[in-house]
Amino acid sequence: MTATDPWRGIAAEEVEEVPAQWTGLLRRRTRHLIATLAAPHRRAVLVVAVAILVSNAAATAIPYLVGLGIDLGIAGARRHDYLPIGVITGAIAVCAAAQALLYRVFVAGSGRVGQEMILELRERVFAHFQRLSLAFHERYTTGRMIARLTSDFDSINDMFALGIDTLVNAVLSVVFVGVILLVLDLPLGLVCLSGFVPLFFLTRWYQRASTAAYRTTRNTMALVIVQFTESLRGIRAVHAFRRQPRNDEIFGELSEGYRAAMTRSFQLLGIYWPGIVLVGNVTTAAVLLYGGWRVINGDMQVGILASFVLYLRRFFEPLAEVSQFYDQFQAAAAGFEKLAGVLDEEPSVPMPARGAPWPAGGLRGDVRFTGARFSYRSGPDVLNGFDLGIPAGQTVALLGATGAGKSTIARLLARFYDPTAGEITIDGIPLPAFDYLSLRRAVAMVTQESFIFSGTIGENIAFASPTATDEQVAAAAAAVGVDAFVRGLADGYQSDVGKSGSRLSAGQRQLVALARAFLANPAVLILDEASSSLDAPMERLVQSALKTVLAGRTSLIIAHRLSTVEIADRVLVVDAGRIVEDGAPSELLAAGKGHYASLHAAWRESLV
Amino acid sequence: MTIVAAGRRAGSFRSLWRLRGFVRPYRAQMGFMLVCAMLAVAASTLIPLVLEAVVNGPIQHRDRAALVPMFFLALGLGVAEAALIVGRRRVQSVAIQKIEREMRDDLYARLQVLPVSFHDRWQTGQLLSRATSDLGTIRRFFGFGAIFFIVDGLQYAVVMALLLATYLPLGVVALLTTLPVIWLAKRFGAGYSSISRRVQDQQGDLATVTEEAASGMRVVKAFGRAPLMEERFGSSARLVRSSQLDLVRLRARFWGWLTLVPNLTMAASVLIGGIAVARGSLSVGALVAFTTLLVLLQFPIIDLGWILSMAQQAATAADRVCEIFDAPMSVTDRPGAVALTHVRGRLGFEHVAFAFPGTARPVLSDIDLTLEPGETVAIVGLTGSGKSALAALPTRLYDVTSGRVTLDGSDVRDLTLDSLRRHIAVVFEEPILFSMSVRENVLLGRPDATDDDIDEAVEVAQAGFVFDLPWGLDTRIGEQGMALSGGQRQRLALARAVITRPAVLVLDDPLSALDVNTEALVEQALARVLARTTGLLVVHRPSTVALADRVALLRDGVLVAVGTHHELMDLPEYAAVLSVGFDPSGSR
Repeated sequence: MTATDPWRGIAAEEVEEVPAQWTGLLRRRTRHLIATLAAPHRRAVLVVAVAILVSNAAATAIPYLVGLGIDLGIAGARRHDYLPIGVITGAIAVCAAAQALLYRVFVAGSGRVGQEMILELRERVFAHFQRLSLAFHERYTTGRMIARLTSDFDSINDMFALGIDTLVNAVLSVVFVGVILLVLDLPLGLVCLSGFVPLFFLTRWYQRASTAAYRTTRNTMALVIVQFTESLRGIRAVHAFRRQPRNDEIFGELSEGYRAAMTRSFQLLGIYWPGIVLVGNVTTAAVLLYGGWRVINGDMQVGILASFVLYLRRFFEPLAEVSQFYDQFQAAAAGFEKLAGVLDEEPSVPMPARGAPWPAGGLRGDVRFTGARFSYRSGPDVLNGFDLGIPAGQTVALLGATGAGKSTIARLLARFYDPTAGEITIDGIPLPAFDYLSLRRAVAMVTQESFIFSGTIGENIAFASPTATDEQVAAAAAAVGVDAFVRGLADGYQSDVGKSGSRLSAGQRQLVALARAFLANPAVLILDEASSSLDAPMERLVQSALKTVLAGRTSLIIAHRLSTVEIADRVLVVDAGRIVEDGAPSELLAAGKGHYASLHAAWRESLV
Repeated sequence: MTIVAAGRRAGSFRSLWRLRGFVRPYRAQMGFMLVCAMLAVAASTLIPLVLEAVVNGPIQHRDRAALVPMFFLALGLGVAEAALIVGRRRVQSVAIQKIEREMRDDLYARLQVLPVSFHDRWQTGQLLSRATSDLGTIRRFFGFGAIFFIVDGLQYAVVMALLLATYLPLGVVALLTTLPVIWLAKRFGAGYSSISRRVQDQQGDLATVTEEAASGMRVVKAFGRAPLMEERFGSSARLVRSSQLDLVRLRARFWGWLTLVPNLTMAASVLIGGIAVARGSLSVGALVAFTTLLVLLQFPIIDLGWILSMAQQAATAADRVCEIFDAPMSVTDRPGAVALTHVRGRLGFEHVAFAFPGTARPVLSDIDLTLEPGETVAIVGLTGSGKSALAALPTRLYDVTSGRVTLDGSDVRDLTLDSLRRHIAVVFEEPILFSMSVRENVLLGRPDATDDDIDEAVEVAQAGFVFDLPWGLDTRIGEQGMALSGGQRQRLALARAVITRPAVLVLDDPLSALDVNTEALVEQALARVLARTTGLLVVHRPSTVALADRVALLRDGVLVAVGTHHELMDLPEYAAVLSVGFDPSGSR
């Protein structure tokens, strides 16, 4: 985000009123997005356009043919000449058939194009969310990401399903009927068209007012969604602490905010729609007066006056109908605008499409931090000129108090973030030179959250390694000691983990996450408090498994428990973003004082 | 608001009908909206009749002066129509949104009291789509569809009667041609209903994939598996698209027929009517009136088709919403449940057996254990031995499968949930914090606590870091606010439990993410708290066992030994579970 371009990306999302000079930018961006989505469907759009054009022309011809039938057909029939009435009836039938068939082509065609565009946009946005850095996601929150991919698409879908037909039909009706009116009688036609002057101002007012109103609607809805998902995900705490009443209250407030916003936008429509009806009706009355006057003066035929009034219905009615779908257009436009904003966000840790070539024989895993500097958003520096070299194959334990910067070091090495200055290399290759897939074969990280995806346990273990065989999955599980547990389940590795792994205990989830990392087999492995929820025997199992798995592999282990340190070749004690102690565990212990030695003493005591 | 008891879900509109209770308080508004809609339709129908009057009156008599009252009549009708729409919309925009809001609030309230086992089975994405898009669909039906269903029905009946009166044979033709349209609309509705149900389910699945991709973002990034997530999302999105395309094709076919039939009727009227006029059995004026009326018939029929599809969607949505209202409330207050006021804190497990609802495998069997008031018992066992399940039973997050859990001698199921949970506090294995201030997170179970209470709880939990946050206790945390580390979250969760001053404190391995120093400090402070209350601790670490008076060893859901730490130390199994056999100096 630069100073010259403050409305880049998602900046406009939480603002109710975007300054006028920027709305143009937002609209351009949205239009550009729609244009690129529609571009591959140019031929289909053309077919659909021709279909609806001809269909509308046929529909407009029918009332004229009916009039013709009454005038000419009856006259013929009176002479027992049934040809004219037969031909005219046939023509009406042909028009009806053409209209119906082509309308069907239009609905099916526009629907198909719409669905293809939606699918393309969905996949594009989803993939873009995946590309955006964690820094973005921490700011943007999961709730909003979900809202973008669900409710915004619902509105876009609604527009394609219902709104587009109505809009196109209305526009074509107005054009066709407008032309017919001017041809039938120019002065009276001009009277009818003058109705567009108030309509123009009315529409402009509504457009402005409702754009702001829909923005509020969307945002209040997002708040409702966040509260909803958060309280259901934390349902255990909600129950245990009798949170329901207060939650109901909070939800009630958010829900009321959404209701008020919806009511407001409904009320705007409640003025705009009858406004169109009023303009149409007043025009009709004016046509009756002025047209009647002209007929009496002999300037116009009675039949033409009748057609005028009939055609006027086809003139204003579709417009009024469009206004009913205007909320859908607004919602869809707001959705498009936000999605365009998301797509406009640039990944703060961009990766090249093709990374630097790896040395022959693969990466050895020689990690080096050189003058790395980092701060979260605009906070104070967490790291300031951090230097660290880890020779290939070394197992390093990071110790230090909460907030010392341990996790930051790990995240920088996993390239969740980039340092604001300095660089981090693996085998001399700077991290930004790795492409997406090769980076993850170089570095993988197990976090303390150990998220479990829905699906089977086997799928979760194989998450990082799509080509893994069942045997490899079982071997990885055996390596971390979760194999026996999984085999004990009714369906073994095919057992469904249920919602977010709720059927697995936190410890079991950590084991699955560890197995997942082992199977991924990266050159550098980072474990961030990955064994905190394990019981002692389990942890011992994992420790011995780690010994074999980490042998010859560069690894960085963050642990609050000293037991993990047992397997480390080297211990780093970090304080306020710098290394205060560095050495083999036995060396540091032998030194007798210092942070590590005192931690160790405290730990020994805790065992008694 | 209570929902009428669950019925068989045979009629697809049954669920929608059951939701009528939400509309009932607004029947006056609904009536007003209906009257406005009918009068507005009447006004707009009368406007063409004024034209006829103009043609037959002032124009035929060349009476310019008579034009003016006709003009004002048309103007009056036109203004009246617009005003009636304004009136209906005014009322609608308030009433209908209130109805939707009440449905959403009730749904949310219901979801919150449904047992944990329900939430284990249902994905949040599926529930969310019910609370948002489904309720929106129902609202549109109540606010618009239902009203215009009546208005269009009436318009159809009136116009049809006029047609039959104008010329019976042609009227019969018109009547007969509307029958296939109605049949078509019904068939369309049935197809629409089944496809849109499929679409909604698939959209729910898509929402679930989305939710997982969002929540599991770190894991996805850590392993570079965006391609896999994109593939999962893509295949789910393609399923939605193909169902949406089925809907598109159905709609295209339906709309094609729907516009064809009235126009063919028009052709038939011109032919039959024209010949009838030629033979003298019908006047020209009557034929003109007939064709005009036929045009008027077109709108309600098309609307009807549209409303029917809307109704089908609403019925489907109502089915899905009622699924939640119908979900069994397995964990509720029994009739005659007693509210506990004074609790001593004697917690008993009597022959308790437990299996997760819907599964056969017992997680706990025949647990017999009594915690005397003030006593602290540690539950020790391997991962998967059932410790967490045991810890979930006292507060009735799950109910026992057999046996009973007692508090001061009475079955916890005979106590009101509110009082039970007031006296028993839990700290979960995984700390759950909400998007609100630190203060509110800590006060979750006891909103009336003072700042001194907070200070004390924060001290016990060693959560002093909260005072260093940018806005101290008022700093917003959770998903929408500041991110805290695992250890910080655990300490806040602990403070939250401690501040309620429970008679029984259940701690499910709450210190796992703390570093050794902090853990030691928390344990010291916790020892003071546990001296006053009954404690049930699930522990992994030997150091935490020191807090307990007795230890219970759990193996595969069975209690194998209960005793003091020293008594149990002789058991090899206990020693294996607890003792930590390594020395971090590496010098062993």
